[in-house]
Amino acid sequence: MASFQYFPHTGEDVKQMLERIGAGSLDDLYSDVPQDFIYKGEYDLPLAKTEQEVREWFEKLAEDNPRLKVFVGQGAYDHYTPSVISYITSRSEFLTAYTPYQCEISQGTLRYIFEYQSIICELTGMDVSNASMYDGPTAAAEAVRMCVASARKKHTVLVSSTVLPHVMKVIKTYAKYYGTNIVVIPSENGQTSLEGLKAAIDDDFAGALVPSVNRFGIIENHEGFADAIHAAKGMMVEYCDPSALAVVKTPAEWGADVAVGDGQPLGIPLCYGGPYVGFMACRNDCLRKLPGRIVGQTVDKDGKRAFVLTLQAREQHIRREKATSNICSNESLMALWVTVYVSLMGPDGLARVNDICYERSHYLYERLLATGKFEKVFDAPFLKEFVLKPLGPADALRAKLEKAGFFAALPTEDGFVSFCATEKRSIEEIDALVKVIEEDWV
Amino acid sequence: MKYYDKLIFELSKSGRSGFSLPQAPTAPIPASLKRGSAPALPQVSEVDVVRHYTNLSQMNFGVDTGFYPLGSCTMKYNPKINEEVAAMPAFTAIHPLQENVPGIREIYEAMDKSLAAITGMKHFTFKPCAGAHGELTGLMIMREYHLRRGDFARTRVIVPDSAHGTNPASAAVCGLEIVEVKSNEHGLVDVNDLKPLLGPDIAGIMMTNPNTLGLFEGEIKEIAQLVHDCGGLLYYDGANMNPLLGVVRPGDMGFDIMHLNLHKTFSTPHGGGGPGSGPVGVCEKLSDIADDVFVSGFHGNFGVILRAYTYILMLGRENIKLAGKYATLSANYIKESLKDVYKLPIQTVCKHEFVFDGLVDDGSSTGKSGATTLDVAKRLLDYGFHAPTIYFPLLFHQALMIEPTETESKETLDCFIDVMRTIAAEAASDPDLLHNAPHNTPISRPDETRAARQPVVKFADSKQLLN
Repeated sequence: MASFQYFPHTGEDVKQMLERIGAGSLDDLYSDVPQDFIYKGEYDLPLAKTEQEVREWFEKLAEDNPRLKVFVGQGAYDHYTPSVISYITSRSEFLTAYTPYQCEISQGTLRYIFEYQSIICELTGMDVSNASMYDGPTAAAEAVRMCVASARKKHTVLVSSTVLPHVMKVIKTYAKYYGTNIVVIPSENGQTSLEGLKAAIDDDFAGALVPSVNRFGIIENHEGFADAIHAAKGMMVEYCDPSALAVVKTPAEWGADVAVGDGQPLGIPLCYGGPYVGFMACRNDCLRKLPGRIVGQTVDKDGKRAFVLTLQAREQHIRREKATSNICSNESLMALWVTVYVSLMGPDGLARVNDICYERSHYLYERLLATGKFEKVFDAPFLKEFVLKPLGPADALRAKLEKAGFFAALPTEDGFVSFCATEKRSIEEIDALVKVIEEDWV
Repeated sequence: MKYYDKLIFELSKSGRSGFSLPQAPTAPIPASLKRGSAPALPQVSEVDVVRHYTNLSQMNFGVDTGFYPLGSCTMKYNPKINEEVAAMPAFTAIHPLQENVPGIREIYEAMDKSLAAITGMKHFTFKPCAGAHGELTGLMIMREYHLRRGDFARTRVIVPDSAHGTNPASAAVCGLEIVEVKSNEHGLVDVNDLKPLLGPDIAGIMMTNPNTLGLFEGEIKEIAQLVHDCGGLLYYDGANMNPLLGVVRPGDMGFDIMHLNLHKTFSTPHGGGGPGSGPVGVCEKLSDIADDVFVSGFHGNFGVILRAYTYILMLGRENIKLAGKYATLSANYIKESLKDVYKLPIQTVCKHEFVFDGLVDDGSSTGKSGATTLDVAKRLLDYGFHAPTIYFPLLFHQALMIEPTETESKETLDCFIDVMRTIAAEAASDPDLLHNAPHNTPISRPDETRAARQPVVKFADSKQLLN
């Protein structure tokens, strides 16, 4: 057998190790396995490639994917990623560590998670954040379960029809098997209807989830929501875009108990949907029901400031089936990604991102309407994403734009098309996109 | 490692910034929708950020720093070509809702086919983002299978007492009631204990094979037969797949559903606790159901899947047959080299990992309190090793679970063995040296009780406490 770069064993090493064990061969180490389970066939896998061949194989494959200018959001936003981030997150002391079980040699991980929790609390206005979760939709699904777990013997959670479709899908999947009853709150003028919410509250009500900025891109007004939800003894959960939270009213200001969302807009590349990072934060009184890991500050034996995984009595490895969640990891490296991004941007940078998004998306919105090929749908404030009603076939529109190098005009379930313009989209790109529509569609 | 005591917030100075963006007019957001005041986030320059995180990284231990024998976590070497591929802009710039992406579809298909070949399953879903997420997804598939057959009575799932803590937790989140089956004196599922638990209310069983003691469940064929006969399905927790990589396929053992941890068996980095990827494989009759269960936002952690497929291409058909065997060789080598100084409750051949139950001589005969597994773990840090998994599985009071993986050289293992023997000798003569360990790390043992009693979980609270 020729040597392989990831296996350091020489023939002599193997021989000496087997001798120590008292085994005649490597196969003897599987003497406890019924022999008909030992796979004797040839694995249907490619032959081993050299590193150069692997690189070239992926480079060629990458060329097969058209590189488009992204004018769609719907839960994944093409914000700018500063070069510092991947430089930091590639440091192998962060990258190749496990969950920080041995805190004495994991202070790096524990400190940045503490910083991440602090950032999420600042953005949402909440008291406590966990150490992060898989993605926004799963964080939303966990928050729905938290509503039910906090209420006694109540199983209905109301979810706004204006949440992003992929969030709704995951919420419904989790709810189905946990036995949670999901009732969808209707919308009015593109926003969650307060009257609809009130009408849907019954004896089984445990909580409600509403989006801060919704799937139409609209910044929702949640005046009166918390009062209605709390009067019925339910928990209020807000699904948020954390980038937008630098400028729009926070879940805490609206009176929510729990804030969830996806950290992707904070500098994480699109990467075909993952890895991203879910965040979840709550008020102090919900702390013991919060799923996921939490890092806390303490001191070591010598009085030095130290950080540890804390409040673990909530977790699966101690509570097993009585745990608040089955989650045993977080998306630590992506939490670092977000932490470095927010550190670079600061409050002014985040506000600037929103200012540019607002400027570009409104420019796009006006230019599209001026073509006469779209109708206005809603008259409500938006930040970077919006929908229009196309006055022609939406499929042809999307196809023509794609051919011209744009991913834009994504059809929604309501018959609209969705657009998004982040700070990465230049005025020139927007003009070029509009030109395609002017010249080449209906 | 040197101690560095700053938080990024503490470097903040009003007026500094680390961003580079064009100017734009302030967005005219209506006052009723605008946040009251700007968030109190750090205001730091680019160099502040780079130095701060570089300093933090130097208080961290990773696989690239040294040997990481953390049981059940498969801390194998993370190849660097994986990282290069995952960072290719042609992949990172693709929006998840783009449909015309043949290059990406080809990777998913090739990955599906490869994992099917390796495990003997029919088809994989890649949506789960971690091992526990895969367990939950697999159990949802199990429940959906019964529901679609109109069999609503199967609401209980059997979980061995040696199972990973996530197993019962995942089952509970999936709305299943847990029935525990005991281990026998050999550390294996007791078939006689299992039989009376089976019935028309059983959705299935969750098993790890080899189990958390690193032992192969040799009666799996009979267990599979019994569970199938009662109408249940078998779930394979793939956290311990590494010793079987290239040797045994879970599908051949009778498992219907399984998850893999790409961040364990397929060499993708753990990232300090994620992102991982926990694809779930199913047998043919469950293929459609697997695609219908939406457990995450888009297509799973594509960046992790890319890394894992890179590993499979490097490994290839030739080398895969040695991966599991070398992992098993390493574990047995350490076990046999230390069993005279650490208690080995189960003597048989192990797979990728094994469990000691504390020291043979903990030093209590010196009149001092004996050195515990925690003490041994902490002393290992002084010698530049990561500690094994401790106090798991729960079957032993002083469990010390060691998993060396196939990427460690004999020299590294020998060095670890020497240190473990040194620590055993230290324990026997001076247990206080271990009680007070670690001595050479950035911090000494922390006050965990204080952390839990007065939770300080964000910078704003940290400030109040320090003042």
